[in-house]
Amino acid sequence: MSVVFALWLRQIKRHFRSRTRLIGSLGQPVLFLLALGFGLGPMFRKAGEGDYLQFLAPGVIAMPILFVAVFSGMEIIWDRQFGFLKETLVAPVSRIQIVLGRVLGGATVAWFQGCLVFLICVIFGFRINNILFLPLALGVMFLLAIFCSAMGTAVASLLEDIQGFQMMMNFLVMPLFFLSNALFPLKGVPPVLRVVIQLNPLSYGIDGLRCCLTGGMLHGLGVDMGVLLVLITAMLALCTWLFSLIQL
Amino acid sequence: MIKVSGLIKDYGTIRAVDNVSFDVAKGSVFAFLGPNGAGKTTLIKMLTTILRPTGGTMRVNGHDPVDDPDEVRRTFGIVFQDPSHDEQLTAYENMDLHGVLYAVPSVERKRKIRELLEFVDLWGRQGDIVKNFSGGMKRRLEIARALLHEPRVLFLDEPTLGLDPQTRHHMWAYIKGLNKDKGVTIFFTTHYMDEAERIAHDVAVIDHGKIVARGAPVDIIKQTGSSSLEDAFIALTGHDIREEEGTTSDRVRLKRAFWRRR
Ligand SMILES: Nc1ncnc2c1ncn2[C@@H]1O[C@H](COP(=O)(O)OP(=O)(O)O)[C@@H](O)[C@H]1O
Ligand SMILES: [Mg+2]
Repeated sequence: MSVVFALWLRQIKRHFRSRTRLIGSLGQPVLFLLALGFGLGPMFRKAGEGDYLQFLAPGVIAMPILFVAVFSGMEIIWDRQFGFLKETLVAPVSRIQIVLGRVLGGATVAWFQGCLVFLICVIFGFRINNILFLPLALGVMFLLAIFCSAMGTAVASLLEDIQGFQMMMNFLVMPLFFLSNALFPLKGVPPVLRVVIQLNPLSYGIDGLRCCLTGGMLHGLGVDMGVLLVLITAMLALCTWLFSLIQL
Repeated sequence: MIKVSGLIKDYGTIRAVDNVSFDVAKGSVFAFLGPNGAGKTTLIKMLTTILRPTGGTMRVNGHDPVDDPDEVRRTFGIVFQDPSHDEQLTAYENMDLHGVLYAVPSVERKRKIRELLEFVDLWGRQGDIVKNFSGGMKRRLEIARALLHEPRVLFLDEPTLGLDPQTRHHMWAYIKGLNKDKGVTIFFTTHYMDEAERIAHDVAVIDHGKIVARGAPVDIIKQTGSSSLEDAFIALTGHDIREEEGTTSDRVRLKRAFWRRR
């Protein structure tokens, strides 16, 4: 356990020592809030869908969680480049402990960034239905963060250099975000896209958040959390396996 | 302590380690001597469980690095050729994390970290982020870290590369002491002939992935009728170890080796 904690703590320290990381991940969500939230808001209302900000906020909160968690998971590539990976690989500890430490560390910082964006949303006028559900919402955010961090770690275990990173952003992270229920409701969406969105793990996190914060859900909180838990278990197993295959 | 037999490692079409066999006695100081690109790092990586061999067998302290990696990992400490610390953490934090990974109890950990950082002259800088350290300081930190869990075998991959003569001298004195007082088996690679000659009980000379000579430095010198290990190396391989230095010449040599093999 102390091994997991020590590796977790390492990620936390690295994150909070870098001001660029703390602030960098806030830019995009704020841009989305401003451009989409206020730009598309009137149209959304005209279409009879209500207040767009109320709809958009959970999606925007999921954004830094996805990006930061995947990025933290992908730090393996940097650790490979700068050498620290060797230090963990030769250590007499199970690969599960190393993976758990890394994944939870990445998830924690992503969750924290998600909380900051949550606050920003509230400042911009986002209102939650029932404050009692707030802890549950924070829990859903953390589950989503664990999944994304594990996913980043799994993919990064396969990549040998930083070049792979851009590809990962373009072919995994961006599609996951845009082909989810983050930005638009599913009503009237073409069936193919609908299926894609429903297969997208991120959608369950965002839906879970909507359940807790504003209602207006797709699956219900039980289904969302259940799916996330199953996905996390599977992804952690995959991740540990891929990590144990790493050679230097 | 270390037993290697028929070890092979291929990287694609390149045979980096070619049918290598040797033994390292418990409590001895063993040097792997060879030019850049000879296969020294590849060999150490296989012994230390982070690279799987293409063929052959290995034993470290009686355990197989492939089948029983955790047992092997418990027995050794390593200073890699390239840095392997976390640049964003302080020297102390790097040491502390290492102590946790190797389950060094916390009271002892504190005491030993201080002792080792004092030894490598980094106590006083223990709270500084490693990123701001000079190359020599980083290397000293790695050496201190490798000793924290009191390993039975210490692997050192070109440990003195980039160190000034004074630190180099200081370091070897400590390592020899470690070997003598605590019986730690030392396995190091180098392309400095004089270092191998002075420090090692036993030497294996490796060139192009193959062992070309083995034994005590004096014996190798005697067998080849040379006056130093440096001359012995030329006698054995037909070339000077220093002409192989540097990455460009390494690449040229690789091409040559490639064409030779065809
Ligand atoms: N990951 C790798 N992929 C392909 N070739 C490699 C790799 N690592 C090392 N080599 C090659 O294997 C040979 C031995 O390298 P290395 O073990 O690093 O030598 P040394 O440590 O003695 O300088 C060199 O020709 C090197 O180019
Ligand atoms: Mg080397």
